[in-house]
Amino acid sequence: MNSLRLLGVQFAYENLKFWRNSIAAFFTVALPLVMMVILCLLFGSQQTSSGNEPIYLSTFYVPAMSAMAVIGACFTNIAMEVAISRDRGLLKRYRGTPLPTSTLVCAKLAHAVLLGFVLVICLVCVGAWLFDATVSDIRIGMFAVILVLGSATFCALGLAIAAVIPNAEASPAIVQAIVLPLLFISDVFLPMDNAPAWLQWIASVFPVRHFALGLQSSFHPILMNNIQEWVHVVVLTIWFLVGLLVATRYFRWEQKR
Amino acid sequence: MESAYAIEVQGLHKSYGDFEAVKGIDLQVKVGEIFALLGPNGAGKTTTIEILEGFLTPNSGHVRVLGYDPIKHERNYKERIGIVLQETEVEEFLSVEESIRLVRSYYQDPLPLDDILAATGLTDQRRVRPRKLSGGQKRRLDVAMGLAGNPDLLFLDEPTTGFDPHARRDAWDMLRNLRELGKTVLLTSHYMDEVEHVADRAAVMIDGKIISEGTPQELAHESEPTISFSADTNLSLPAELDSHATRDGSHCELSPPNLVETLHVLTGWAIENNVQLEDLSITRRSLDDAFVQLTRSADEESED
Repeated sequence: MNSLRLLGVQFAYENLKFWRNSIAAFFTVALPLVMMVILCLLFGSQQTSSGNEPIYLSTFYVPAMSAMAVIGACFTNIAMEVAISRDRGLLKRYRGTPLPTSTLVCAKLAHAVLLGFVLVICLVCVGAWLFDATVSDIRIGMFAVILVLGSATFCALGLAIAAVIPNAEASPAIVQAIVLPLLFISDVFLPMDNAPAWLQWIASVFPVRHFALGLQSSFHPILMNNIQEWVHVVVLTIWFLVGLLVATRYFRWEQKR
Repeated sequence: MESAYAIEVQGLHKSYGDFEAVKGIDLQVKVGEIFALLGPNGAGKTTTIEILEGFLTPNSGHVRVLGYDPIKHERNYKERIGIVLQETEVEEFLSVEESIRLVRSYYQDPLPLDDILAATGLTDQRRVRPRKLSGGQKRRLDVAMGLAGNPDLLFLDEPTTGFDPHARRDAWDMLRNLRELGKTVLLTSHYMDEVEHVADRAAVMIDGKIISEGTPQELAHESEPTISFSADTNLSLPAELDSHATRDGSHCELSPPNLVETLHVLTGWAIENNVQLEDLSITRRSLDDAFVQLTRSADEESED
């Protein structure tokens, strides 16, 4: 009971810190929403049809931007926050208190994951109400599986990257250098159907594309790709384990001396 | 049964690769005592204190703090200690009060918030974010967070480095408040005067070794007293004094092995030769001088 209370307290402070940090809050929360609005305004009226109903391109952007939002909340956010906290000596300070390590880590991860979920809900609502995205054909079970698995994977990878980043000054550059190119080749901003096969092959090694495609195919059948959904689950699970392994092996409480 | 010693260390060694930072030290700190570890940069003070805090694993030696082995990171141990690290920042998006509240929530039996604010002189800054605090106030917030859990033992690694003289005085008052709360305190410092003002006992640490230990007075007395005076004369001093004397024009300083005997000879010589000894005084060197003297002789030894 006491450890649950402690988790609650730490979670509340992680949340408070996050919203007061306007830069982090902007990039994590506003960016995916703004991006979706812009992309839907530009391309949202393009349509195909499935049966009798028209399907707008906004139906593609809701799950795509959801993937970007979860990656921002879990991977980017955790990697930067942990690297900065470590370099500023905050992790070491926590280490000197009775706060259990598991509580500290769980509070950070729970905050990131819940933030990602809330963002996905916002994106679905905005997409459906403002841009006529088709939400009625969602397979909610599969969508939830991919969402939860993806959140866990990007949290683990965020911790792993934080562990191998040499210092906090380098963290934005390193994290963005990883995330941005992957987003572009992973069906997030633009469908990759017409991309060269070798580029699709490269993208398919990494978890971003599987996460995005998994969310898309379970969001609407018209977005189904030639890759089976179980492949997405397997690839994401492998990356989850890799992240977990690196994070636990190389985690540091303080900056290298 | 609890030991009379809060900290017991025997034969502590710690190396980083080829560099031996701590070369076999013994240390005993009594319950309720303010104990200072004094020494220049690189002496091994922070390494020692971080071993006691549990952040570093020693290569060898026996370490018991409040009956615990720090490296095991037991939660019960953390409940009873407070740690103020040398270089650490606070959460920039939390106010003074919020930071202290957060740390308080980690402990079973924390100090009341208002008591912490009062003891560290931060009552007026309770709603202020760290960005708007002065260096001294930030450091006091560090101490406030170390104090939050109502620890029996508080570690303070260089609590006043970089302070202006006024802020240092305030910090010393704060440390004396801690003594009244009955806390055991282990602090590290570069400054002899700080030790003189706040510590019950101190150990001087140079090059990974403790070279001297005692009360601040005892440490100061390890240096010899100095007789100084001005004499407007060309006469030379008696031969047995001359070897201990340094003369600079009319001003003369003597650092004799035997104070009373030397004074007797000196005043006898002055009366006999009708020499006026202006501004005759005997001074103990300040602890600062003693510190410099101790460190210098240690340096010379290590060069041999």
